[in-house]
Amino acid sequence: MDIIGFLYDLPIIGLLFQLIGYLIAIFPTIAPIVMQASVPIAFAALCGVMCERAGVVNIGIEGMMLTAAFVGWAAGVFLVPVLGNGPELIFGATPALVIAFALAVVSGVVVALVHAWLSISVRADQIISGTIINIAAFGITGYLNTLIARSSPAGAGRFEAFVLPPAVVDVPLIGWLINTLFGQGPLVLALLVIVVLFQVLLFRSRWGLRTRAVGEHPRAAETVGIDVIKVRYRNVMIGGALAALGGAYLSMDLSASFQQGMTVGRGFIGLAAMIVGRWTPLGAFGAALLFASSVGIGQSIRIVPPAGELAELGALLGALPRQFFDALPYLVTIVILAGVIGRSVPPAADGIPYERESPA
Amino acid sequence: MNRLRRTWTLIALPTLSILLAVIVGSIVILVSELLVSGRLRLDLPINAFAALISGSIGSPNAIINTLVQTTPLILGGLSVGLAFKAGLFNIGAQGQFLIGALATVAVGTQFRTFEPGIVGLLVSIAAGTLAGAAYGFIPGILKAVSGAHEVVITIMLNFVAVSTVAAVVSTILDVPGSPSPITLDVGTAALPVLFGRNGHIGILIAPIIAVAIGWLLFRTTWGFEIRTAGANPEAARYAGMSPRRIIVWAMSLAGGLAGMAGAIEVLGVTKHMTASYGTTVGFDSIAVALLGRTNPVGIIFAALLFGAMRSGAAAMQIQAGVPAELVGVLQATILFFIVASSVVRRIFRLRAAGPGLDEATTISRSYGGGEAPRAA
Repeated sequence: MDIIGFLYDLPIIGLLFQLIGYLIAIFPTIAPIVMQASVPIAFAALCGVMCERAGVVNIGIEGMMLTAAFVGWAAGVFLVPVLGNGPELIFGATPALVIAFALAVVSGVVVALVHAWLSISVRADQIISGTIINIAAFGITGYLNTLIARSSPAGAGRFEAFVLPPAVVDVPLIGWLINTLFGQGPLVLALLVIVVLFQVLLFRSRWGLRTRAVGEHPRAAETVGIDVIKVRYRNVMIGGALAALGGAYLSMDLSASFQQGMTVGRGFIGLAAMIVGRWTPLGAFGAALLFASSVGIGQSIRIVPPAGELAELGALLGALPRQFFDALPYLVTIVILAGVIGRSVPPAADGIPYERESPA
Repeated sequence: MNRLRRTWTLIALPTLSILLAVIVGSIVILVSELLVSGRLRLDLPINAFAALISGSIGSPNAIINTLVQTTPLILGGLSVGLAFKAGLFNIGAQGQFLIGALATVAVGTQFRTFEPGIVGLLVSIAAGTLAGAAYGFIPGILKAVSGAHEVVITIMLNFVAVSTVAAVVSTILDVPGSPSPITLDVGTAALPVLFGRNGHIGILIAPIIAVAIGWLLFRTTWGFEIRTAGANPEAARYAGMSPRRIIVWAMSLAGGLAGMAGAIEVLGVTKHMTASYGTTVGFDSIAVALLGRTNPVGIIFAALLFGAMRSGAAAMQIQAGVPAELVGVLQATILFFIVASSVVRRIFRLRAAGPGLDEATTISRSYGGGEAPRAA
């Protein structure tokens, strides 16, 4: 303890050691919250990676998530009177909940199809297309929500977390980690699988090679017989499904209801996570965890402020406005984009509509 | 006759897009009513649009309210439109608006009892405009120096602005003893009301600024440089212009316009700010700039349309029972048809109105860490 006390008392760097000590102390407590907060951001970021690796910029992720969140909840409202609230299968999933979830994913794909059509076939500006999707999604979900919510109906409920046996949770040192990762609902478990699978496929499979070729040099890709338009359509639609998983998580797992604009910018943080994660699935997931930690730490400082030996740190962090931690992910992204610490380079053909050479 | 035809080629697409949006909106109203209540009410769309129109232009008060709603949209639309002209996409009007509003309140509340009020008014509008310009300068200088794309930077800055407003309003500017964070009233620094209950002088300022921006863009060397750099940066460089300098100036000016929108909004409408001060002006401005085809005169008309929709939305909800959010659906639909213009043209056999934003223009080239533009 004396060594730690000595490190804590060092001028200036002592604060850093205090911060590390504080993080180690609180992390097991906030880990589940961080994990849950990172899920929608991670799905959004994966959607971004999926689209942009094929050369389609997607800032409509927010709109796709919002649509899926709404459809998942609203479909439940209509299905529960028909199918009832049972029987529960694994993860607390009733047939109504499963069908509503499937519809949510479909809705995300449909919205993505609109984006794909505008940006690939019409060759419209992809940023404008994404903006339209965001405005439309906010408008239509708000409109329908106001109509449906008049009778304050109940949806199909939510997915439940997987309860690990206590023997596993109580394992010293790593029990909390196992519980954080696996004592979760089906969407969190799906996220872990998708991240790993996506990472492997993108860099080790034929599909991944084609996707990257289309995103880097579509002309060359076409020359070797890859259908650029088809690859882009397919990737944007898969991206829509991924964004939909993030949206469905909000209204069908984290909560069991829909509020207007409930994504509150997570689609955009996802975009930031994609950039910070350098357009790779693993990197994007890591960045999502980092961003969620920033918010989690901001909360825990208010609930359990650093005290005792850590008083110096507590005074410093307490002086920061709590919104600082909300803004931190965005500030980090700006710094990285500006090339101050490392550069993040997008696929070369990102955002440029592809025009087939006219057949001879 | 020739002139008439030219005007028609220019406004045909926006007009048809608006008509198509009304049709889509009617279908949305009919289908959603059928789903929710199980009844097919064919009169409902007519009632809704009638209420929307009478709520926006049906009485002197309604017209004043429409103009008040239009004012920030004109300035915001000019902000986005000017950036478009320079080949930049300013998604950051939202953040620049908020920072402008915050600076205006910070300064305006200092002058809340100062006489004559015109001093506080001018100083706080200047503060808001400059703060917005500074907030637009950041993505401009980052793009010029490191090539970081303004779209992502401004999206991030929008969220930073929301946090900044919340942090400043709930700490430095908070009125002690208030139940929830809120600033003081701007008092004598407020914009004088000229018409009716809330028709502040800002509704005259915005069109004047639009004319000034039009003059700047089309009658000055500086505007020529902006338009050249936007149309073809390579050509601009060969002609001895500096694309870097133009980027920084255009983004700063765009930020200043959005900041002024925020300044006029708080000095003319809200008079104070809360920690959760929110707005949709930034994103509506993108729609306004696109519908107005980035032209200052077009932007005034587009802003009037969207201002009228915002102003009439409440009446539509109260009188026809159609949720006010329908306005968002209409806006998105109008934009959709504008962007998918090549398709709309084919359907209606329209001629193209020269090079514009509608012909598969791409502003959003590779983003992230691109290359910085080369110096002249």
